[in-house]
Amino acid sequence: MEKELWKGNEAIAEAAIRAGCKYFFGYPITPQTEVPEYLSLHLPEIGGCFLQAESEVAAINMVYGAGGCGVRVMTSSSSPGISLKQEGITYLCGSEVPCVIINVMRGGPGLGTIQPAQGDYYQATRGGGNGDYRTPVLAPANVQEAADFVRMAFDIADIYRNPVMVLADGMIGQMMEAVEWHDIEKRELPAKPWATTGTQGKREHNVINSLYIQPEPCAEHNEKLEKKYKLIEEKETRYEEIDAEGCEVLFTAYGTTSRVCRAAMKLLADEGIKAGLFRPITVWPFPYAQLKKAAAQNSVKAVVVAELSLGQMIDDVKIALEGSKPISFIGKAGGLVPTPREVADAAKKAIGR
Amino acid sequence: MKKRIQIITGHYGSGKTEFAVNLALQYADAGVKTALADLDIVNPYFRSTERRSLLEAHGVRVITTSFSGYVDLPAITPEVLTLFDDPSYHGIIDMGGDPEGAHVLGRFEKQLAREDCDVLCVLNANRPETKTVEKAVLYLRGIEQASGLKVTGLVNNTHLCRETGVEDILKGAALARAVSEETGIEVAYHAVERKFAEQVRYQLGEGELLPIDIYMCKPWEFGL
Repeated sequence: MEKELWKGNEAIAEAAIRAGCKYFFGYPITPQTEVPEYLSLHLPEIGGCFLQAESEVAAINMVYGAGGCGVRVMTSSSSPGISLKQEGITYLCGSEVPCVIINVMRGGPGLGTIQPAQGDYYQATRGGGNGDYRTPVLAPANVQEAADFVRMAFDIADIYRNPVMVLADGMIGQMMEAVEWHDIEKRELPAKPWATTGTQGKREHNVINSLYIQPEPCAEHNEKLEKKYKLIEEKETRYEEIDAEGCEVLFTAYGTTSRVCRAAMKLLADEGIKAGLFRPITVWPFPYAQLKKAAAQNSVKAVVVAELSLGQMIDDVKIALEGSKPISFIGKAGGLVPTPREVADAAKKAIGR
Repeated sequence: MKKRIQIITGHYGSGKTEFAVNLALQYADAGVKTALADLDIVNPYFRSTERRSLLEAHGVRVITTSFSGYVDLPAITPEVLTLFDDPSYHGIIDMGGDPEGAHVLGRFEKQLAREDCDVLCVLNANRPETKTVEKAVLYLRGIEQASGLKVTGLVNNTHLCRETGVEDILKGAALARAVSEETGIEVAYHAVERKFAEQVRYQLGEGELLPIDIYMCKPWEFGL
């Protein structure tokens, strides 16, 4: 199949169109602005609606409305803008409205910097909004995956009636790479009898709402959501292992940092050290059992976590390993990316070399 | 005959910056007093300013937008006027992508009216938005409209990052020729990764072959 050169953000936008998304509500922010820019040009061509809202808060609530009508809808932003959307995300989860949310992370906290970061891991995997809710989070490590995961995200959202986040970082959004528009796995999608599409006088009104004022129905609603989240954990956990078999050092990283780890693995190989990579593809649900298994190999002396933060995913690694292996950390926050050399040196230090 | 000031425009992601950095280094290495102005107000990442130390080591003067590009609202420094006021420089201007990026040139309307410049439009046949003659010409005309300048030369810079093959370069040469036929604008350069230069040298048609090295690497590609 023919390969083309795509910028990460553009590929995310085009993937949404190819997934049948005709509605986008958002607000510009670096380093993700090419997503709305692309959709502002191309959604009108297919009879869709691109709307630049007055704020991120407005945009996510427009997503709530459109998703409630049963259409495929997307919003995108970068870290500070995603913070503003948190209220909407918990409402969407509470009301079980499917949608896709893109976060092209930049350095924080607050306004931070426009350079790449992975400091929104806690927010994405634990939720920055209120209440017991979860959103599946797919973390692409290259532009091809960005294109694929956006399309997968729409299916996961529809299957589970839940918002799905694609968690990229500024580097994935801004860089150019080859993409081929191959088909993704075709999944059975449920009908949307719950959508507010008009009763035609033939049925009861559908109500999209997250308000359950009586505690018993609210508790029951939470139990129902919890069952769904358990099912997502069971069915949707994704990860990749690269050269992990028999490795001495097991890197654990996602997105851009996983690319740096792969380069560090080559440097270490030149020095006779066998390093492997465990890459969570879904950071929620996190592949706890799979990571524990990979790290349990006798050959693994240390697990080295690399992040564009000062240590967030490392908590999930600790949960996964339950103290079974030593864990060390290399990371930078605030827009800097560690070099392969720095990551390789951290690995050597972890194994006392 | 190349002009003293060369303005590099094109669709974003076409490889303007890689071309500009290589062009500046090659002029400087040939002993020409060279300045590179990074006037990209569109891209926050992968900017020629990021290669400042390399360029300066080769004797290239680097002129950049304020704050080295690390702000959302880059401002154009008056230092850019050096290119126009000091004719001892060979000046290369790395513009931001698309008509939006070309707007910056409006600021230099008076200077540009006095100066005979090369206005080079970089084409990459692997970019979905400029892969056909029709689409490429549309972008080219949009850039002309926004900048108020006429494109004087085409640059075939067709690549697929690390997955580039000879067929990509030849596909780009064919696109450049077709755009040239459609517009009457000459093909000025073929920017070709050095390892492919000899394989394609006699298959490109008109235009100077500029063998290039890859400087605008991703963070994990340096030193590999």
